[in-house]
Amino acid sequence: MSLQQEIYESTMRIATDTSLTHEQAMMNLSKIPGQFVYGFTPPEGYDRLLASGVLSDLGEGYAPICPRYLLPDYELFLEKGCRFLRIDPPKDLFEAIEALKMFYRHVPSITNFPVYLGRLDRLLQPFIRDEEQARYLIRHFLTFLDRTISDSYAHANIGPEATLAGEILLDCDYELQNATPSITLLYDPEITPDAFAARCARNDLACAKPSFANDRVYRQAYRVPYGVASCYNVLPVGGGAFTLARLNLKAAADQAKDIEDLLERVLPEAVRLNCAFMDAKIAFLIEKSLFFKANFLVQEGFLRLDRFTGMFGVVGLAECVNRLEALSGRADLRYGHSGEADALAHRVMRRLTELVNAYQSPYCAVSGGRFSLHAQVGLDTDIGVSSGARIPIGDEIALYEHLRHAGQFHPYFHSGVGDIFPFEVTAKKNPESLVDIVKGAFSVGMRYFSAYADDSDVIRITGYLVKKSDIEKLARGEAVQQDNVIWGLGEVRNSHILERKVRSL
Amino acid sequence: MSAAPVNRIIPYSSVDGPGNRTVFFFQGCNFNCGYCHNPETIGLCSNCGACVSVCPTGAIRMEDGVVRYRREVCCGCDACLCACPRSASPKVDWMEPEEGIELLRQYRPFIRGVTVSGGECTLRRAFVIRLFEGAKEMGLHTLMDSNGNYDFSADEPLLRVCDGVMLDVKCVNAKAHRALTGRENDLVLKSLSFLASAGKLEEVRTVVVPDLLPNEDTVRRVCEKLSPHWRQGARIGYKLIRFRPLGVRANYRSVAVPDMQTMDALSRIALDAGCPRVLVV
Repeated sequence: MSLQQEIYESTMRIATDTSLTHEQAMMNLSKIPGQFVYGFTPPEGYDRLLASGVLSDLGEGYAPICPRYLLPDYELFLEKGCRFLRIDPPKDLFEAIEALKMFYRHVPSITNFPVYLGRLDRLLQPFIRDEEQARYLIRHFLTFLDRTISDSYAHANIGPEATLAGEILLDCDYELQNATPSITLLYDPEITPDAFAARCARNDLACAKPSFANDRVYRQAYRVPYGVASCYNVLPVGGGAFTLARLNLKAAADQAKDIEDLLERVLPEAVRLNCAFMDAKIAFLIEKSLFFKANFLVQEGFLRLDRFTGMFGVVGLAECVNRLEALSGRADLRYGHSGEADALAHRVMRRLTELVNAYQSPYCAVSGGRFSLHAQVGLDTDIGVSSGARIPIGDEIALYEHLRHAGQFHPYFHSGVGDIFPFEVTAKKNPESLVDIVKGAFSVGMRYFSAYADDSDVIRITGYLVKKSDIEKLARGEAVQQDNVIWGLGEVRNSHILERKVRSL
Repeated sequence: MSAAPVNRIIPYSSVDGPGNRTVFFFQGCNFNCGYCHNPETIGLCSNCGACVSVCPTGAIRMEDGVVRYRREVCCGCDACLCACPRSASPKVDWMEPEEGIELLRQYRPFIRGVTVSGGECTLRRAFVIRLFEGAKEMGLHTLMDSNGNYDFSADEPLLRVCDGVMLDVKCVNAKAHRALTGRENDLVLKSLSFLASAGKLEEVRTVVVPDLLPNEDTVRRVCEKLSPHWRQGARIGYKLIRFRPLGVRANYRSVAVPDMQTMDALSRIALDAGCPRVLVV
């Protein structure tokens, strides 16, 4: 097919698709040129691993106009206002919410929406004087976010302290049952009161959020404060991630003759090329692209170049290990079910960590000059590849063993990892029981825990949230406001998301 | 000897006391309630062998006059339970308390407590005391789920390691209680008063069965006893359970489920009496 014909077909597919909103069509169109125009040159040999599926550029394109994930310093914004947007520092809750609404509109990301909304409880708490008025304003604020940020990668953080603002946010979210924004409780059982954690658990079982992040571990992640953005990405506040490029361990195992071949030939080459690819892209972003040179977020100090890192994504550890065991004639040893298979998984992860850490990037001082391992949640088009280090859906093990297993593998992934557990509705009457489980999970090493009730409309797909009712609508060919539903539908069809083992509690 | 017949262990439960708990269900009960939801937990196996021939997978065998059960072959069809003439089950493990303690040690990070249930847990006193001692060493909260047909006031060693009892009060009217359970209820009522005074009553539970039981009378009289404790700040809960014809014996399968109006009215009685935690399930 000629280049012109490819562009014609990509464009017409979007221009005639009645299941897209105007905004979705516009954003999809904007992705087309970046697939054909090379602002930077990928390293020699990269195309081969891209074609075999070992590596993926995750659709970022080859002429990016901004970093993938941005975590602006919203505290700084509320403190000093913004010259470019002509916004003065707010004096009361109404002004603070209006200021944030205006500001969010100008925070881009890979999805063109903000993936980080800040620590909303801390941002709003100082402005709360009248509780009733605060409930009214915050309720409408949350509705505004859901209706204008059509993307549940938008992520608000709360905690670890309990605040009235946090309680109001949770109560409104419980009532509204929206998919956006995603919310994470930065949870430290030593700081977060049990009653506040239980309020979060109550919400989990009604609208699938907030998730729990292991604050005690994560606050050591960088030498600057961290935030949880997009799915569960742990990144420096005032910065973010230039890019995320991933390695599919299952596809890598498919290229290997045996275990040694994977560890000593396939992985070293894949890691070298993925890292070199990220560096080439980052160099373009910093040296050629407009964002770091001219965007007001950088110029006014809400984002700083020295607070960005690059994320090295990983998927399919389970399938990789199962494939390697089968190659050794031991197909009965399965990841999550066999101590030997898990030992092999540790060997793969240790080797991968060693290789990634050995690569020095000139651009990632905030993470020690290294790219940061990330358990990527997968793509809607992946088939038979599990997110990060998760045990495959349909192959789950008993709850406590599952949590201990996750606790063994979460520590490899510096910039984010997580597991998701649906629970039967009985747990709704006793949300404290869910908090006990989270405490246990964190004590055995887990970094991030998500739950939902099996009767919820809002559910977590792989890392993001969608409404099941929206998936059904889209499956009938009707347009839906939130763009994640498109990926959610793909995941439901290709990765059996609705067939996760439901835990009775 | 302190080994006990264990019908089932649930590693995680959100319905057997505060927070997430591990629950031990013993085999064997000294009541024989018409509406029992797990009638197969009432009796103890007598090795009669009636279940052996109905087992489709050969999981149950008779060896030297003793019924043996192999879980790994079981298909879970429950044909054995239907065939049992004594409301017992061959699928029971005789377990030493140390084995139970070892399980608790594995589950410890994820739970805040352990609950023993039944069957009837007071029949397994020695096991329960040892299990609870082990649990206490791990800092776990300990609860018993009991039919109350036991003189708790005479068992200081048990109460020392038991943080609370979830007490079934099925019926206060003596005649109706006898008709339902086959037993008197004077010990149950003594337990209600004694445990409340001793600060060891976690909650009271009453199963509401329309027409067959004097439900309102039971709730009123339980509340009369507990009201003074509630007024003094005791956090004793009252759980009102809607009868459901699931798992019950044939003669109770057509009994109606109480409507929510009935449940709301009963719940109102408890709230008016000062109960701080009324739960309808």
